[in-house]
Amino acid sequence: MEKTWNNKAWFLVLPVLVLVAFSAVIPLMTVVNYSVQDTFGNNVFFWAGTEWFEELLSSSRFWEAMVRNLIFSFIILAIEVPLGIFIALNMPKKGWGVPVCLVLMALPLLIPWNVVGTIWQVFGRNDIGLLGYYVNALGIDYNYVQDPFDAWVTVIIMDVWHWTSLVVLLCYAGLVSIPDAFYQAAKIDGASRWAVFRYIQLPKMNRVLLIAVLLRFMDSFMIYTEPFVVTGGGPGNSTTFLSIDLVKTALGQFDLGPAAAMSLVYFLIVLLLSWVFYTVMTNYDAER
Amino acid sequence: MNFDLTWMAWTWPTAAFFGTILLLLCGMAAWEYASPGGNPRVGVLRFETTRGDRLFLSLLGSAFIHLAWLGLVGSNLWWALALSVVYAIGVFRYV
Repeated sequence: MEKTWNNKAWFLVLPVLVLVAFSAVIPLMTVVNYSVQDTFGNNVFFWAGTEWFEELLSSSRFWEAMVRNLIFSFIILAIEVPLGIFIALNMPKKGWGVPVCLVLMALPLLIPWNVVGTIWQVFGRNDIGLLGYYVNALGIDYNYVQDPFDAWVTVIIMDVWHWTSLVVLLCYAGLVSIPDAFYQAAKIDGASRWAVFRYIQLPKMNRVLLIAVLLRFMDSFMIYTEPFVVTGGGPGNSTTFLSIDLVKTALGQFDLGPAAAMSLVYFLIVLLLSWVFYTVMTNYDAER
Repeated sequence: MNFDLTWMAWTWPTAAFFGTILLLLCGMAAWEYASPGGNPRVGVLRFETTRGDRLFLSLLGSAFIHLAWLGLVGSNLWWALALSVVYAIGVFRYV
């Protein structure tokens, strides 16, 4: 039977196109326009050409924030992905434990980001915070307000606490979709626990892991609220990530041109790294 | 209705930039209409790409070529543009 071509179906995509245009394309175009101009307010702009990009690319402040952000994302992925898989593998698959675990796992995800920051800001304090007080009582010198290493540890533990659940829930969804026949076949073959994980569970989780890695990478690379609430980017600039630096430039200093140039470079890097992650993981999946 | 777009701070160079992107997308749509299927193939990157992927790679690569030129050479971007065109031709030919 010959396929009927009907281009009217394109109209079904129109609402999404309009939504994306207003939420992403038009703001992005405005940022591009800002990035080549300067303003002192009142919607009056002066042509600056590529000046802001040149300034940005030679700015050590920008590159330091970029390196901090990449290190942070790498650590986050290195902890949250294996930990998420481990928890998902050990969660019950049947019985009353399933809803209990799912609700417990979903709880951190339901808390607003600024509230998470506030919780950990208080939790880590030396004087009134449960964590800060008892860690110091154990003889460990912990002070996230003064020590850059402690600030990093606090921000990383906070992110792991907040977002590992997402990896767990995605992996769990992948695991429960594996038919019992796979496990029965593995049992007949006398497969070890590791072999079951390596050749059945991991390949079946591949797609959800792709989503988890992409989401966690993009979120951690664009992280703003939680570290801003906990450390304000300090001590010094030790936890000033790209987005914090960007907001300081755009809103603190009202340098819209340099901030727009920084946004574009930031956007291009996120786009490139996401494409690399997506391509590597989908091709790995296709090869299998 | 008020269609005042001064808040977007348009300039002729940025309008020309977006006009070029729009023309490229229209050209790709016309190409797809003339030759449907996206011409998937496996190139030097050893994975399948369609011509849409190749356009994406060309534009993304061109953006980084321009940034690298600004950071390493200077503000005269005509050579960066020429290099980007050569790069895009390479991507469409070999990727």
